[in-house]
Amino acid sequence: MKMPEPDAAVIARKDEIAAALRGIVPGEGVIVNDDELRPYESDGLTAYRQPPLIVVLPETTAQVSRILRYCHDNGVKVVPRGAGTSLSGGALPLRDGIVLGLGKFNRILDVDYDNRCAVVQPGVTNLAISNAVGEEGFYYAPDPSSQIACTIGGNIAENSGGVHCLKYGLTTNNVLGLELVLIDGEIVRIGGPHLDAEGYDLLGLLTGSEGLLGVVTEVTVRILPKPETARALLVGFPSSEDAGACVAGVIGAGIIPGGMEMMDRPAIHAAEDFVHAGYPLDVEALLIVELDGPESEVDYLIGRVEEIAKANNAVGLRISQSEEERVRFWAGRKAAFPAVGRISPDYYCMDGTIPRGRLPEVLSRMAALSQQYGLRVANVFHAGDGNLHPLILYDANEPGELEKAEEFGADILRLCVEVGGVLTGEHGVGVEKRDLMPAMFTEADLQQQQRVKCAFDPKSLLNPGKVFPTLHRCAELGRVHIHRGQQRFPDIPRF
Amino acid sequence: MAESFRPETPDQLRDAVAWAVAEEIPLEIMCAGSKRSMGRPSNAERRLDVSALRGITLYEPEELVLSAGPGTPLADIEQTLAERRQQLPFEPPDLGPLLGGAAGAGTLGGAIACNLSGPRRLKAGASRDHFLGFSAVSGRGEAFKSGGRVVKNVTGYDLSKLMCGSWGTLGVMTLLTVKVLPAPESIRTVLLFGHGPAEAGAAMTAAMKTPYEVSGVAHLPAGLAAGSAVSHVSGAGRAVTAIRVEGPSPSVAYRCAALRSQLGALVETEELHSRNSVRFWSELRDVSPFAAAGDARCVWRISVPPKSGAQVMQRLIAGTGGEAYLDWGGGLIWLTVDAPVDAMHETVRAAIAAPGGHATLIRAPEPVRAAVPVFQPPEPGVARLLRGVKESFDPRGVLNPGRMYAEL
Ligand SMILES: Cc1cc2nc3c(=O)[nH]c(=O)nc-3n(C[C@H](O)[C@H](O)[C@H](O)COP(=O)(O)OP(=O)(O)OC[C@H]3O[C@@H](n4cnc5c(N)ncnc54)[C@H](O)[C@@H]3O)c2cc1C
Repeated sequence: MKMPEPDAAVIARKDEIAAALRGIVPGEGVIVNDDELRPYESDGLTAYRQPPLIVVLPETTAQVSRILRYCHDNGVKVVPRGAGTSLSGGALPLRDGIVLGLGKFNRILDVDYDNRCAVVQPGVTNLAISNAVGEEGFYYAPDPSSQIACTIGGNIAENSGGVHCLKYGLTTNNVLGLELVLIDGEIVRIGGPHLDAEGYDLLGLLTGSEGLLGVVTEVTVRILPKPETARALLVGFPSSEDAGACVAGVIGAGIIPGGMEMMDRPAIHAAEDFVHAGYPLDVEALLIVELDGPESEVDYLIGRVEEIAKANNAVGLRISQSEEERVRFWAGRKAAFPAVGRISPDYYCMDGTIPRGRLPEVLSRMAALSQQYGLRVANVFHAGDGNLHPLILYDANEPGELEKAEEFGADILRLCVEVGGVLTGEHGVGVEKRDLMPAMFTEADLQQQQRVKCAFDPKSLLNPGKVFPTLHRCAELGRVHIHRGQQRFPDIPRF
Repeated sequence: MAESFRPETPDQLRDAVAWAVAEEIPLEIMCAGSKRSMGRPSNAERRLDVSALRGITLYEPEELVLSAGPGTPLADIEQTLAERRQQLPFEPPDLGPLLGGAAGAGTLGGAIACNLSGPRRLKAGASRDHFLGFSAVSGRGEAFKSGGRVVKNVTGYDLSKLMCGSWGTLGVMTLLTVKVLPAPESIRTVLLFGHGPAEAGAAMTAAMKTPYEVSGVAHLPAGLAAGSAVSHVSGAGRAVTAIRVEGPSPSVAYRCAALRSQLGALVETEELHSRNSVRFWSELRDVSPFAAAGDARCVWRISVPPKSGAQVMQRLIAGTGGEAYLDWGGGLIWLTVDAPVDAMHETVRAAIAAPGGHATLIRAPEPVRAAVPVFQPPEPGVARLLRGVKESFDPRGVLNPGRMYAEL
């Protein structure tokens, strides 16, 4: 992975930059020592490491604004960081850039139940929002598995999802407003407790922009009343085709479950060995389908899903009879990553999305790739929306295995695109999938995206080296190419 | 009369835009033209009519996805979906009659380009929430795409969000992909009669806070309720607060009963079943109360924090002498004012200054729309970003220049 060439002149100015930042953030909020910088050298994609020049931990929007203005005026690159759980290297530092950590922005500023929204600082964890409003019977719907640790600012940047996104949407569908600091220090507010944007939908653009457009310093999220009840079915299938047909059958019957998750045989075994959730071990695929809502609705829909599952060769179908049992059904799925971590020295988590109907084909081609690379793979799958998480098992201490795992992963993602899917469903492009972007986009597609970046950050100082495989200068991107000579286009019908 | 281009393929469309870019000739982008009288009036010399790019190119009910050309009539899409018991979840309004035109003329391209959503917006989200991807031609005459045909996708910037609600000022879409959802098995509406605005506001807020997944929450003052084609509403002789519940039949029955007992203790209640429910909500969705033939008053669409809706509505009625009703649990005010010169824009925008939100002038005579800010004027910082975004797509200003803001 090639990152932009570090600027030696900036590195040489480290002391001067640190002094300037200390003038903005007093005390311990500016970190310069190698030992103390090390914890920031990577995010959840630990294969990549790079200690930053300096870490700065501001506490107020005014400080963020002054930091960014300083960096803008002095040509210093900035990598925003929440909790550092990104799985795509979105928060990977730069040797000649500062990390701007938002950990101290950890307050819930306002909860407005009447307008069903909460105003929080970006460093608040995803779960802390649901916890804060839980007693009043509310929650924040998007629930990434990392929700204990990841921040809402990071969720905005990655447009994170979770098992409940099938019914309740991703981050982008649950955010109402933002306060954002631009690279030149200007503070802008977008949206609020009201619905829809005035002008272009900047809120929608910023969600999922991976820290490349601005630093989020405040977030207004939608909170929802908790469903009255939830129950789950745990269903085994003799083949992934059967499981896939069951998923299609459920949706075809007009049922959108709260969650619908699939695991393949290796993932089932790893999870069962780890948490003893009671998963059947003699099946090729396992489906967890959760229905939520009023009791009468849940009972009714459970019955219908049960029928559909049976019609698709279900084996060992179980329906949760208590809250405790429902949680047990989920325990294995929720621990799938660490469970796989136990059976292999290292694993590499992929995140492609495919049209759901192509699942059996994708799984069988993945099995062939697994043979070819000599690396095992376990699959967990947000079955309702086609988001695959193949976990590639490897050993980083074996020379060449990491590279092999990465190539295997890249082949899987290309396969996802080939069947009509996309490179990433919820983890973001970051550095990890940056160089695969041309598999999905033409140069014209990518240039248009980069031009939007130029509208926010013309000097390309915010999180450079992420998302885009080639960095173009904004001046070059801005040029209009005129194709004279073809203008008269006689074949276009007119009247 | 301006010359029109009517490309029949995306390549022809690209050539037409490339020509306009080279000659720096502004284009008015239009589909069926059902919303031509919305937004700032166009003074473009040429018209680019995309209505020939029509037809559903992909519909996979079990994947919940549909792709179609921009000129595809919404009516065709809705019918195709209905055959598989599915629907467009954002409930796109048909504003044809409101704007003095025919009903049923709207297209998918128009609905997405204007980010218009109906009453279900409060539960299901807006059209922007269901717009998965597109192909388009930018104001550089270049074909490009963004997004995809799967629901979950974070690959690159979400340019679909920018296109949705850009009123044809950023790119000319040639193919659109939307997420669709199952149509509900059953629909019912709980009616609460005789609320004053403050009580209506409280009841709507309470309904939104229940776990009953309400999919429409609205309030019609007595004068407007009287005009409904649904007899339970028109015959009430009083204001009507309405709460819609959709889903599997046993659940709908249960939730309606629960809502009636929680919110209907002090007032008389009634329930609308399927056909009447559908008719009632399409009236609200299509702004039928202000769409009578010959009604030429100005119409505003105002988005505010839902809890402040009832109060802002009262202030607006008092300040303008107009009529209004509430949708989106109070978060959407439809207001009509008899003010043919300035649409009372200052009064309207002053009323939302404190609670926050935005007001869009949906119907007004052309000179008014040329003189009065049709869309909410953005703050300076945001305005700068909007300009930057516009320039990134359309540096020479050939696509619908001035349609949203004079300087865009
Ligand atoms: C075990 C595990 C399970 C996971 N499960 C899921 C899952 O189920 N679904 C899912 O979607 N993801 C999942 N993730 C990925 C990750 O948790 C999410 O991407 C999360 O949103 C990142 O949040 P963070 O606070 O850690 O952000 P970071 O990793 O610190 O940063 C992520 C990106 O956001 C930017 N950023 C952070 N804060 C801001 C800000 N305030 N303003 C601007 N930019 C900012 C950074 O520059 C970076 O590009 C998982 C990760 C792990 C380790």
